[in-house]
Amino acid sequence: MGAPDAFSLRGVAAGPVAEPILRDITVDLPNDGITVIVGPSGSGKSTLLRLLNRLDDPVAGEVRWRGRALTEMRPDELRRQVGTVFQRPPLFAGSVLDNLRVALPDIDESRALHVLDHVGLPAALLERAATDLSGGEAQRMCVARALLTKPMVVLADEPTAALDAEARRTIEELARQLADEGTPLIWVSHDTAQLRRLADHVLAIVDGGVAAFGHLAELDVSDDPVVRRLVGAL
Amino acid sequence: MNFAITEMTSIFGTAATRSDIGLAGLAASGGLIAVGVAISLWRKLELERSLLWAALRALVQLLIVGWALQLVVDPDDPLYWSALWLACMLAFAAWTTAQRAAGVPQVLPLALLAYALSGLVTLGVLFGFGVYELEGRTIVPLAGIVVGNSLSATVLVSRQLLVAAREQRGVIEGRLALGLSAGDAFQPHLREALRTALVPQIETTKAVGIVALPGAMVGLILAGVEPADAVKVQISVMYLVLGSVATTTTVMSLGISRQMFTPAQQLRRF
Repeated sequence: MGAPDAFSLRGVAAGPVAEPILRDITVDLPNDGITVIVGPSGSGKSTLLRLLNRLDDPVAGEVRWRGRALTEMRPDELRRQVGTVFQRPPLFAGSVLDNLRVALPDIDESRALHVLDHVGLPAALLERAATDLSGGEAQRMCVARALLTKPMVVLADEPTAALDAEARRTIEELARQLADEGTPLIWVSHDTAQLRRLADHVLAIVDGGVAAFGHLAELDVSDDPVVRRLVGAL
Repeated sequence: MNFAITEMTSIFGTAATRSDIGLAGLAASGGLIAVGVAISLWRKLELERSLLWAALRALVQLLIVGWALQLVVDPDDPLYWSALWLACMLAFAAWTTAQRAAGVPQVLPLALLAYALSGLVTLGVLFGFGVYELEGRTIVPLAGIVVGNSLSATVLVSRQLLVAAREQRGVIEGRLALGLSAGDAFQPHLREALRTALVPQIETTKAVGIVALPGAMVGLILAGVEPADAVKVQISVMYLVLGSVATTTTVMSLGISRQMFTPAQQLRRF
């Protein structure tokens, strides 16, 4: 018997009521490894991710987190359990330490240094202005900040889209490290090569609906040529 | 408790008898508009019509206001005329705010609430402590000071909050995603907007008497009131302005902040 599902979506529609971006999504997202959500531009990948930490609500259907309907939970409680890393790292005013304090106000310096080390950032950055970080450093700092709430899962919305190859590689390594340590990730990507490097599970979304879900090896031999192309089947 | 400015109500009373500059005086002062027109012609600013129109509008508007004020300032007039005047003033201020801060959610009822609460608090203090006597002569001018001085700051704070919600969406949702409440996630933007609205007023208050002599005091002195007495009135007016701007902008910004988010602590789209 595998791990219980992280998120269960039943008949979910989202986006403008008159013209939903997502239509009738029913899927169970596993509570282990890295699940990559893939699909063409505008297919609703990011829209789906925003439902999982309740930055938006579906216009129909239900989303459950570990068996609990999201609407039955306090949004702030949910969001501390479900960490989020955005495509463009939101940097708050002040130093890196100030940024970490937004997530954990009473964090001490040793804990802050430990979490920076965890994401591969040097201690010297702790007092640096967050706005002075490079793109890769800023994204890793945002991962560190998200980890301070001790999330049970991390959502990542194309977190390497704006990064160079080296920074992208370090973020991917960090994601794998987190997943191996027991924190599952749900990662939106439009990069087929990245999907093949990272994915333990793949959710393919096409035209606002679930085109396929399963292990990468299963989708590689899908009957649907669109799915095979999305996952870069050889 | 009754502060000493009861005597200042008599200042308001005596002023009119000494301040009649007459129609000739009024016409002579209007001649100063010619200076502006001459400069406009000389430097080809093409503002002559605007200048003349502004001067004419101000003349007509103030003559109408002066005539209408006669209806409420007489000690024999019932206070409900003043209350009616006050209600119209609040409604017009709220409407103006709604026009200038279009797009802000629930801006009209919020502005109405903000001006009404601000008036209640600030005038409540002035009348409650007996700084001024409660009569038409004091209610309408003081309420006018409250609303008139709060208007631009209220529009400014409203616009700035809307811009923050639109342009700082990523940062606000970044805080929400860390488990902060909607109020905490929006707090830095609220603080910045309030500071932007209040700092100019504080700076004006600091500079009063050094950089410029304020209008109420100048008016009283020109009307023949002793400078020392005029200063006391001016000080109470300055404090009234500070208090009313602070109250109005705070009520408005807190109300807008609540409207920015859904009950599920999601930032609405504007």
